[in-house]
Amino acid sequence: MATFPKFRTLAGAGMLASAALLAFACAKRPASSGLLSADAAKAVYVAPGQYDEFYAFMSGGFNGQIGVYGLPSGRRLKTIPVFSQYPENGYGYSEETKAMLNTSYGFIPWDDTHHPALSQTNGEDDGRWLFINANNTPRIARIDLTRFETEEILEIPNAGGNHGSPFVTQNSEYVVASTRFSVPVPNTDVPITEFKKRFKGQISFIRADEPGKMRVAFQMLMPAFNYDLARAGKGQSNGWMFLSMYNTEQANSLLEVNASQNDKDFVAAVNWKAIEACAQKGVLKNVAASYLHNFTDEFTREAKSTTLTSVPQFEAKQCPGAVYFLPTPKSPHGADVDPTGEFIVAGGKLASVIPVHSFPKMLKAIEAKAFEGDIEGIPVLKYEATLAGEVKNPGLGPLHTEFDGKGYAYTSFFISSEVVKWKLGTWEVVDRVPTYYSVGHLMIPGGGTMKPNAKYLVSMNKITKDRYLPTGPELTQSAQLYDISGDKMKLLLDFPTEGEPHYAQAIEAKKIKDKQVKFFKLAESKAPHITRSEKETGLSRNGRIVHVRMTAVRSHFSPDNIEGVQVGDTVLFHVTNLEQDWDVPHGFAIMGAQNGELLIMPGETRTLKWIPRKPGVYPMYCTDFCSALHQEMQGYVRVSAPGSAVALSGVTSKGPQSAAKAAGAPKQ
Amino acid sequence: MPKTARILVAVAALLMSAGFVLPLWRVDLIAPQYPEGLGMLIRVNTVVGVKEQDLNSINNLNHYIGMKRIEPDAIPELKYMPAILGTLVVTALLVALIGRRRVLYGWTVAFGAVLVAGLYDYWKWGYEYGHDLDVDTAIIKIPDMTYQPPLIGSKQLLNFVATSWPASGGWLLVLASILVAVAVWQSVRGTAHAATAARPA
Repeated sequence: MATFPKFRTLAGAGMLASAALLAFACAKRPASSGLLSADAAKAVYVAPGQYDEFYAFMSGGFNGQIGVYGLPSGRRLKTIPVFSQYPENGYGYSEETKAMLNTSYGFIPWDDTHHPALSQTNGEDDGRWLFINANNTPRIARIDLTRFETEEILEIPNAGGNHGSPFVTQNSEYVVASTRFSVPVPNTDVPITEFKKRFKGQISFIRADEPGKMRVAFQMLMPAFNYDLARAGKGQSNGWMFLSMYNTEQANSLLEVNASQNDKDFVAAVNWKAIEACAQKGVLKNVAASYLHNFTDEFTREAKSTTLTSVPQFEAKQCPGAVYFLPTPKSPHGADVDPTGEFIVAGGKLASVIPVHSFPKMLKAIEAKAFEGDIEGIPVLKYEATLAGEVKNPGLGPLHTEFDGKGYAYTSFFISSEVVKWKLGTWEVVDRVPTYYSVGHLMIPGGGTMKPNAKYLVSMNKITKDRYLPTGPELTQSAQLYDISGDKMKLLLDFPTEGEPHYAQAIEAKKIKDKQVKFFKLAESKAPHITRSEKETGLSRNGRIVHVRMTAVRSHFSPDNIEGVQVGDTVLFHVTNLEQDWDVPHGFAIMGAQNGELLIMPGETRTLKWIPRKPGVYPMYCTDFCSALHQEMQGYVRVSAPGSAVALSGVTSKGPQSAAKAAGAPKQ
Repeated sequence: MPKTARILVAVAALLMSAGFVLPLWRVDLIAPQYPEGLGMLIRVNTVVGVKEQDLNSINNLNHYIGMKRIEPDAIPELKYMPAILGTLVVTALLVALIGRRRVLYGWTVAFGAVLVAGLYDYWKWGYEYGHDLDVDTAIIKIPDMTYQPPLIGSKQLLNFVATSWPASGGWLLVLASILVAVAVWQSVRGTAHAATAARPA
């Protein structure tokens, strides 16, 4: 999305830019949508104790997480940490979760999430998993939707900027990962000016239908362009993936000008079933690479990293029929397939029309060899041969299109800050509504699948300016909810979002809410440092490492008085939450800890590493308000000088501690 | 014994035998923090949670008021209740088989005594749990407050509303009792008719 500003310096952009400014000025009209505000309020009002109709999963953009919201209320329900450490629940801080953020570049505490994708069965969102990309250090994560937590992350080798990712096939066989930046493959020290000669693009298909088994099934080397977005074919076009790309000029500097020269770039049509056949014939080579796969087992609840050492790779031209280029104006962002699988809508950021390709026409064109040439052995089809139609004068800066399953498409326009509804087949614009301001992606629940549930549309805006109470230089990001159940789109609600809501998915709540894990069963836990009852608690020392196996239950820790720790020891607090009841997490924090806290779900074991720096007595306490006596849920750790004779011990009073006992107790 | 009375007693025996598989009694606890409720099912040989972890959760909550943990293995009644129920079922079948009125009357008295004793024992069990509180470890101590669940019906116990009712097996036991009562009534009436019929004209 950040590619937009290039537009201002375009040769012919003066006119467009002033149009953009004009559009911006026009957009500053009062926030009326022709709907009485009382009606809008009613439409989004979810009474206390009632549930929203949809879960919405909105990428956090540069916060690296996913925000979960209810629709239509816009209420934020949760942040799911994915690619960034999350102090609130210890993700990326606790010993069990750190490995999720390991990469071939080491531990990385942050990334940039863009495109969540729900898993599908028969072309319909099924609510099992959510996938999302890490843009900066290329990775794809799988989030389990019974636990709302990240369970698996696969690094993508030979990628630079995993933007065109992860788009899911109609039975979740694959998610796709295409590289935004072309890079040398393998990545070595070469002059940047040798871009055209040495750099490569690539499109990877990740096997995704089994947790714990995410793997790059095949990686297709492509010309060194910038790959942007994608959408899987569906129905009649199942077996294909359509990917947009820009910078077919192959610029490596000042892309805003240099990558905006060609009138047309491409949508790539990739036939992954043909590639599977090529793989059977042995076209793929296992090429050396080094990248990580991180997985959290459901029962140990401990993330493990595995280094993978090769990737199945091939050059596009080695598998004839694997990929075709569809010329598309101009620097396309979205490549969106309608619910029938017939049309591929390209959002050409700099185009004055919305071009729509036809899948059946494309097949005919391929059969008739209606090629205008080839690029590195990839046939380029003739524009007219695949074109179904063009939406004329739709607006400025078309980006992304979703569908309602009733024959209409909805396209976002960044520059003219609006959503435009148009009809598939006749290509006529039937309605347009302003957004406040500069919409990027938009989202209809199921709007990218074969079965949209088109009651609402959410626009995710890049700029909020005057829409909310100001908060210094950085303003809130925002989403807007529209009612699209009728002929005319109606703005219902603005709601702030965390990070940058880049793209989102939404799904009927009923597909998810009754499958929720309420707690982890102690009896089934395979956590290596679990303490199953207070009787099993204990301390042990191994050189300078001290293991504290402790439990938390309303409303005490066991042990809660620990002595014998020495300055410089590495203390590992393995805390098991013994509760077996919903909504009773316990927290654990200790003064001076340099990483974070633990938030431990019922039945879960989490480990905090702590290295005390000076002697003294250190308070520890439960950080999650667990019970009426939460404030009593505390203890002390005594830290002595190195070499001290204080024996390692941990106790919890077994019953009432009388004043006399308390006074005489301390042992030395 | 009239034939219908014999059949009724046999059916009652079958209904009672359902007590081996179905829970006899159910206690539900609802509080603001537990809108979904916690519950216990009392079976002939054990006490279990309505949901898998309910008993554990109830015990954890009870520690605040110093109540003993409810440990099915430590409750002696649960050890011999299956034998008592088994004896009732077998003897009821024998009553139906023998078909003698006096045997039925004698058995009914014994059956009634067992039911009354059982209810008394259950009440006493609740009384002991509700009153025998460990005042040293109790965290919440309210003068004169006890926590005996009701035998039947609802009662507010701090933030919880405790409701106690027969469960499916218990209701079948009630139905069995009614059948036995009908059998007795028929037998008594049958005797009266026979006496009238036997009177010389």
